[in-house]
Amino acid sequence: MQPETAFARISDETLTASDPPHLYPDYVGTRLRAPKDPLVLLPASLSELTGPVYGDTRLSETDADLTRQHTGEPLGERITVSGRVLGSDGKPLRGQLVEIWQANAAGRYRHEVDTHDAPLDPNFSGGGRCLTDGDGRYRFVTVLPGAYPWGNHPNAWRPKHIHFSLFGRAFPERLVTQMYFPGDPLFPFDPIFNSVRDEGAQQRMIATFELERTQPDWALGFRFDVVLGGREATPLEPEHDD
Amino acid sequence: MTELGLTPSQTVGPYLRIGLFGGPISNRLLDESDPRAIRVSGVLLDGAGEPVTDGMVEIWQANAAGRYAHPADDRTEIELEDGFTGFGRSSTEDSGSFEFVTVKPGRVPWPDGRLQAPHLLVGVFARGLLKRAATRMYFPDEEAANAEDPVLLGLEPVERAMLIAYGNGSLRFDIVLQGDRPTIFFAA
Repeated sequence: MQPETAFARISDETLTASDPPHLYPDYVGTRLRAPKDPLVLLPASLSELTGPVYGDTRLSETDADLTRQHTGEPLGERITVSGRVLGSDGKPLRGQLVEIWQANAAGRYRHEVDTHDAPLDPNFSGGGRCLTDGDGRYRFVTVLPGAYPWGNHPNAWRPKHIHFSLFGRAFPERLVTQMYFPGDPLFPFDPIFNSVRDEGAQQRMIATFELERTQPDWALGFRFDVVLGGREATPLEPEHDD
Repeated sequence: MTELGLTPSQTVGPYLRIGLFGGPISNRLLDESDPRAIRVSGVLLDGAGEPVTDGMVEIWQANAAGRYAHPADDRTEIELEDGFTGFGRSSTEDSGSFEFVTVKPGRVPWPDGRLQAPHLLVGVFARGLLKRAATRMYFPDEEAANAEDPVLLGLEPVERAMLIAYGNGSLRFDIVLQGDRPTIFFAA
């Protein structure tokens, strides 16, 4: 029996020029996990025009300050990471839940799967969350994560990064990404960073160091803006203005 | 209008639990003692048929009456339920298994006004997935609604079958990233 109505099927690589492909063989983990069939392109129904709303979530100050989650302070360079969460139309996204996680200053995650021979820091868990304000702004206090080795290929090292999770205005805008630090010498060797093929898009994953955000005698300031939008190849619905 | 470039997706990696669990989001969308509570579980499988033990599955759904807890669903004649966000998140760290306690959603409209069968939107994240894989789950005890669902009608029968959970009471829904009979994934 043939389907009554057939939807367009598209290669995942044509979804957006910004995103990496599902299958990027240099990143070995994709080989057995990347979906290989073309994706089914659905029109946006109410299911796709909606998504979770977390604006009223109660969070504590230490949720956004990873240096104050224990009795003592973690070792490493104290930094702030702040910026705005925006729609692709430039509008600030308010009340957005932003979740982050990272390695400690020595390049070790507080996770039993991480067996890297670098010390854990009893004063650093590495997880944080906050909500964006009325202008779409968020801010975290943390320490600069270390680079660390991984098993992808001989002498493989991940550039310093912080994982970011965001929701956007509707389910299709959900994004998990990684924020990198400017000038990292490991960029040319990292298949995860290079899975993003477009150079302009690569730059959008790299934070900017800003002296204006740097607090004298206290912490270096990095800016990282995140832009969220539908990942569809072609808009199928008229623009909503709400 | 100038469109800003989107921030690219990157993998969640294997350490997602540090940032994504223990916060406001869990796999219990409503209290287990609620008489309407249903359990949905399954296994996330890779192309070798092995369970993915470091991933995460998220779901998004309407409430039992068929309304999404989001301002774009302005059908105020259908009531929202206090405390029901419609969103849940389960790790697959327990042998590749994920599990949700939730409620069967009501039917929501398709853009042309037809009704969709009750369904969950499902998002899959894991080490080795550079971006989310998105699919849908349908309910086995909704044969009539499934038979007229605009999404299911647009798929091949074998693809359709992969999207319908099975089991009585406690539902089972496996997600196959690669293989002879992979789960069908959607662009939206």
